[in-house]
Amino acid sequence: MARVDAGLRHETVIGLEVHVQLSTASKMFCGCAVAFGAPPNTRTCPVCLGLPGSLPVLNRRAVDLGIRTALALGCHINPVSQFHRKNYYYPDLPKNYQISQYEYKDHPPLASGGLMRVSTGDEVMEIGIRRVHLEEDTGKLVHAEGRSLVDYNRCGTPLMEVVTEPDLHSPEEARLFLIHLRAMLQFAEVTSGRLEEGTLRCDANLSLRPAGGPHGTRTEIKNMNSLRSVERALRFEEARQRQALERGEEVVQETRHWDEDREVTFSSREKEEAQDYRYFPEPDLTPLQIDAPWVDRIRAGLPELPEARRRRFVEAFGIPEHDAGLLTATRAMAEFFEETVRRFVKPKIVSNWLIGDVAAYLNAAGREIEELPLRPDHLAGLLMLVDTGKLSGRSAKEVLEEMLRTGRPADAIVQERGLVQISDEAMLAAVVQEVIVEHPGPVGDVRAGKDQAVTFLVGQVMKKTRGRANPAMVNRLVREQLGVA
Amino acid sequence: MSALADLTACDLRAKFRRGETSPTEVVRAVFERIDAEDGRLHAYLYLDRDAALAEAARWDAVVRGEDAPPLAGIPVALKDNICTRHSPTTCGSRILAGFRSPYDATVVTRLRRSGAIIVGKANCDEFAMGSSTENSAYGPTRNPWDETRVPGGTSGGPTAAVAAGEATLALGSDTGGSIRQPAAFCGVVGMKPTYGRVSRYGLVAFASSLDQIGPIARSVVDAALLLEAIAGQDPADSTSADVEVPAYADGLITSLRGMRLGIVKEFFAEGLDAGVAAAVREAIETCRALGAACEEVSLPHASYALPAYYIIAPAEASSNLARYAGVQYGHRTADAPDLVTLYSRTRREGFGAEVKRRIMLGTYALSAGYYEAFYLRALRVRTRIRQDFDAAFERFDALVGPVTPTSAFRLGEKVDDPLQMYLSDVYTVPLNLAGLPGISVPCGFVGGLPVGLQVVGRAFGEQTILNVAHAFEQATEFHTRRPPRGRAARGASAAKRAP
Repeated sequence: MARVDAGLRHETVIGLEVHVQLSTASKMFCGCAVAFGAPPNTRTCPVCLGLPGSLPVLNRRAVDLGIRTALALGCHINPVSQFHRKNYYYPDLPKNYQISQYEYKDHPPLASGGLMRVSTGDEVMEIGIRRVHLEEDTGKLVHAEGRSLVDYNRCGTPLMEVVTEPDLHSPEEARLFLIHLRAMLQFAEVTSGRLEEGTLRCDANLSLRPAGGPHGTRTEIKNMNSLRSVERALRFEEARQRQALERGEEVVQETRHWDEDREVTFSSREKEEAQDYRYFPEPDLTPLQIDAPWVDRIRAGLPELPEARRRRFVEAFGIPEHDAGLLTATRAMAEFFEETVRRFVKPKIVSNWLIGDVAAYLNAAGREIEELPLRPDHLAGLLMLVDTGKLSGRSAKEVLEEMLRTGRPADAIVQERGLVQISDEAMLAAVVQEVIVEHPGPVGDVRAGKDQAVTFLVGQVMKKTRGRANPAMVNRLVREQLGVA
Repeated sequence: MSALADLTACDLRAKFRRGETSPTEVVRAVFERIDAEDGRLHAYLYLDRDAALAEAARWDAVVRGEDAPPLAGIPVALKDNICTRHSPTTCGSRILAGFRSPYDATVVTRLRRSGAIIVGKANCDEFAMGSSTENSAYGPTRNPWDETRVPGGTSGGPTAAVAAGEATLALGSDTGGSIRQPAAFCGVVGMKPTYGRVSRYGLVAFASSLDQIGPIARSVVDAALLLEAIAGQDPADSTSADVEVPAYADGLITSLRGMRLGIVKEFFAEGLDAGVAAAVREAIETCRALGAACEEVSLPHASYALPAYYIIAPAEASSNLARYAGVQYGHRTADAPDLVTLYSRTRREGFGAEVKRRIMLGTYALSAGYYEAFYLRALRVRTRIRQDFDAAFERFDALVGPVTPTSAFRLGEKVDDPLQMYLSDVYTVPLNLAGLPGISVPCGFVGGLPVGLQVVGRAFGEQTILNVAHAFEQATEFHTRRPPRGRAARGASAAKRAP
């Protein structure tokens, strides 16, 4: 009994470390191009390979993006920050140290002490941002046929790390935070935020503690590569720790990896607590000095962030709060919405279609809107056809589905399938006449005052016209011809 | 012909212009000297006679013109820790055997642009760690003045090459005295410029915050010419400074009137050889005679320089040398069953004792729990030493003292006693910690072995110390003496292969 109570009283504490690949043209410390999917080892130079004698030169653009993020997260930007070496041996780390920013007394990271607000329905979560710092990425090991090969293309790719305070209290909150952080980073044009390309990677610290009590022992969970896996991994880990505590066992401080296929976290054999990175200031780089004019210049060029855009959607377009939230969940969706509205000036209708049929399709396919072949001008074209009565709503759904799959414009599909809505009154009146003749029973029902029989007759007209008849017009014609209008 | 190999770059330039000789003749003469002497001295690890002669031929006509680049046709030796495209760079280490850099160091690019002809890669202590060039995995270099003695370290190869006429000029690197100390031992001019004066891009790092490439020459004017060619900011090295490079050679003066020289008290303390002390004191008298006002000055924290250095340098080295692990290039152990074994065996086989000693020292000094006690404390000492110099330079234009406590010691004499060996650098190390320029200029002989005078300057005050050294040099004859030649060319290596 006591055990069950103990379990219920535990509170979950989660902190996240989010690695963000910055949208720069070149690498963090050299001029090599950042390119996803290039043939192995074709995007390297002496610097990113760490060849003897080579020296790093800081990419100012990466610092710009770091400052941008820091501003968007309300962080304090440290006027002088220092790069450090994190020493450890690994074959994909050419220098056997990684250049990063470590927090050590008089050596602060790029930015510290920010806050992110995430609205969850009626509530607003506040998540502290401990720090934002810059570092370089490692290469990649490829294991094939019993051999291990190294691809150094990714070496030196600019990364930014956003570290939260342990202010998250459930896996669901962690996921929500990540969605909002990603949107924010996308809106600030700091990253593409494409998880499948590894532009966003996340590690998490999770512990349980008696409600209001001191922090419990935490574990670090790595290798979560999608929003879904973050939530699932944390849920698994939360349950695992709770069970351990309920059994009276101790939680071991360790690093655990998320196994996507088996849906479990497992202890990685390396003893992380024994790992000594021997951080010290990187002597090949002078301290990074950021003066007020630099920050002001970045602030002046900061694009509209999700919160501001959400408000604008509500105010300028009359979109409900909830819908505006969905439309600004990703930068691509918000852009898509605005682009469409620019061509078809009925925002609420555009919004309905996007958060309705389009979002449903995206969810089912597990994809992002920018990955679809659908274009804003095509969607606007479709809505125009509906609006002018040339296409029925029902047909429009059918057309949209093909547009989502193929990216073809609406009118071409409509033409091809012969879906143009029939609003020719004389023509429809003739079809209505036919239906009345063919269905004396329901006609009698209508005349006897059973109004739902009208719906049946309208349905028959739709059937005869293969759904192309203008339903409102058919409804009116049926009633007129039967004298029940 | 052989006389050509002993001339200074300045003399050669004059002869070129007058049409009295050509780069091809000079390069031939230098290779003849190498053939005659290098079997004995082992100054070089790699030579490329064909490339050097081909380069020389390119400059033969050009050097007679008024607008020939400053070092056109001058043979230069490079310490083997400076990367040269497509030829070996070993840092005197087995672990880099077979490594060929795909790029030229910035100083090499600048040398080539200045018309210099690269003769080859010269021997050095492994990864520039040592004081005698006995730590080279490819065998020691010998002192041209006495082949039973060391040439000094770690730029022993390039320095011996310049002293013996196996190159007209050379580039070395100085982390704790590695240019000035061998220059003193071999009787040539060697200079460590201000940290940031010369790009380190392409210099294989030992201790990044201390390393600096500098010139080795047979005269101060030559050193000035060479420095001019390589100095200046480099976008590829963030620590290189945006400070204008003066025309050093043109600015040299011969009078020291109005110059205030500080005699560093701590450099004349216990451990200084009496003969060396006498030679240096006499040199100071010469400076006085040339018009300088000389007065004693104290650097109270100088005695902490060596201990601080032996924390900071190994700490940086332990990290800089981590990349030599057998994964990308260089030596790799045979058939390691797993990754950790691959690393440890490769490094055990590839590194020599001194390098291992310093990697362990540095790893320890940076370890959690020891970082504050060692590394951070050493950084604080470094700051104090810098402040000592700042205070001294409020009163003086330059500081003077010995370069080394003794003249060249015997091969094997200190090789088993690392602490004794480290003391060779006791007067040179403080400058590296403070980032200041220093020059060694020949100032006498003790028992037939050269002695150097060290002149220390303010940051980016190279012109001042070149001036002092030049005035002294012109007033004395030590720099005109040449070491004895080997009796016969034994085992001359006409075409040395890459190790």
